[in-house]
Amino acid sequence: MPAANPAVVAPTCPTEIAVELAGVSFGYDRNRPVLAGIDMSIPRGKLVAIMGGSGCGKTTILRLIGGQLRPQQGRISVAGQDVATLDRDGLFAMRRKIGMLFQFGALFTDLSVFENVAFPMREHTKLPDELIRDLVLMKLNAVGLRGAAQLRPSELSGGMARRVALARAIALDPMLVMYDEPFAGLDPISLGVVGQLIRKLNDALGITSVVVTHDIYESLKIVDYIYFVSEGRIVAQGTPQEVRASSEGFVRQFVDGAPDGPVPFHYPARPLVEEFARAG
Amino acid sequence: MALRRVGRATISSVERLGFAARFSLAVVVHAPAALRRLRLTLREIYFSGVLSLVIILVSGLFVGMVLALQGYDVLTRYGANESLGVLVALSLVRELGPVVAGLLFASRAGSAITAEIGLMKTTEQLSAMEMMAVDPLARVVAPRFFGGIVSMPLLAALFSTMGIFGAYLVGVRLIGIDAGSFWGNMQAAVDFRYDIVNGIIKSVVFGIAVSLIAVFEGYHARPTAEGVSTATTRTVVASSLSILALDFVLTVFMFRGLGV
Ligand SMILES: Nc1ncnc2c1ncn2[C@@H]1O[C@H](COP(=O)(O)OP(=O)(O)OP(=O)(O)O)[C@@H](O)[C@H]1O
Ligand SMILES: [Mg+2]
Repeated sequence: MPAANPAVVAPTCPTEIAVELAGVSFGYDRNRPVLAGIDMSIPRGKLVAIMGGSGCGKTTILRLIGGQLRPQQGRISVAGQDVATLDRDGLFAMRRKIGMLFQFGALFTDLSVFENVAFPMREHTKLPDELIRDLVLMKLNAVGLRGAAQLRPSELSGGMARRVALARAIALDPMLVMYDEPFAGLDPISLGVVGQLIRKLNDALGITSVVVTHDIYESLKIVDYIYFVSEGRIVAQGTPQEVRASSEGFVRQFVDGAPDGPVPFHYPARPLVEEFARAG
Repeated sequence: MALRRVGRATISSVERLGFAARFSLAVVVHAPAALRRLRLTLREIYFSGVLSLVIILVSGLFVGMVLALQGYDVLTRYGANESLGVLVALSLVRELGPVVAGLLFASRAGSAITAEIGLMKTTEQLSAMEMMAVDPLARVVAPRFFGGIVSMPLLAALFSTMGIFGAYLVGVRLIGIDAGSFWGNMQAAVDFRYDIVNGIIKSVVFGIAVSLIAVFEGYHARPTAEGVSTATTRTVVASSLSILALDFVLTVFMFRGLGV
């Protein structure tokens, strides 16, 4: 597998890159860096997956791109703008063009499903109510939940909540959508539908999409490019064909789902024997 | 060691105070936003005000009835039982109305506001809002803050009114004081400028204090179940203490006994 796809990393024009991370390092506290020098470059209109073990920092990457966290080192740019240099207004202006599906949905519990999806439209547009109604029902229809419009978030299952959150993330037809685990908790049917939906949105509206996921099979079906993250670094990357053909340890471990391999299953800790010896 | 602990506690509480000051400023800056979102603020007035009505009305009634009984007992010793209306009205309007309504408001509405905002934070709703380019201070915090400020004086006024009504029931209806002297003496003795306005000032100040503490604690709660419960407790404790302390300070300023 090549180190990088030349078409992806070396674009002809810099504005063709929707999101770029260069040498980004970040840690929630000084002693334990979560990301250590991440380089990523996501071209406009592409659907890119970020994969990696639980706790490797995928959600953190999305928060960095959205400007909710600041990198301790490195540069992040979205549509050619350096996120770190933006003030609050600039950041908000940028976020209006970004949709984000949160890992746990983060639906507003005081609003109905309908109002949740209508929320960004009501906040950022002056559309008349009838139009908002039609738009919301369309978005809900796309995720198969038009019938659930009047339910409260507390009445939804985990998978349903995530699909509503997905409808909300795309409510304003953003130029960049970040999906944090869109497939978790979905049955195989919804999973396939949501996967296709993400792909279709990406192509029909010319959206750039970033999907964080564990689901290698679904990703291989829909994405254009995959980054593998482990221990704060990009350890492998490539198109789905390259990934399937790859013989690299990380990639094989993911594709085959083996517990042993270069990706550590355990959170860093003392050896097990030592731990028990102390307790005893 | 102990010294260091004291030092650290001091630093952290001073830090918190600075935090709170900056936060209050930010909330006040968002006042126009809350006015523009009038519907949201009205909703919060409903939640903090209307839903506190029952407890406020019932407590007011009982406090008034007890005041009448106790007051009558003392006043008859001095043969001044027709002053019962005055005693009850002044106690309620000047002190008990704002203070007791404030304490009830803190435990009924303040704790609910803290818990709600804290849970919204825990479940990443505030984070999601920020990612949608909507400022949670404007959308979530400011309406609750101003809703609380509007509700509190109204609740205090209702509390006093119910209290006076309770005193009337006990004093006039039950004990049999002359209704004319009950109401007449009350009207003659209660001064609008010094008693009622001062009572309103107190209740507004308490409303600001409770609402500010409630939204601050919620917004800065640790995003865990335990963090939210701690924050809720802190709201009730801090609001109650602030009400009592502020009441003392305000009463000192409003005191006329020294002829100033
Ligand atoms: N708010 C926080 N404060 C401190 N540490 C955090 C915080 N959020 C995450 N971490 C740490 O940062 C690391 C990366 O977290 P992150 O949420 O980005 O992982 P992830 O790749 O999204 O995992 P998952 O697939 O399980 O969602 C984890 O080790 C976690 O312990
Ligand atoms: Mg995550």
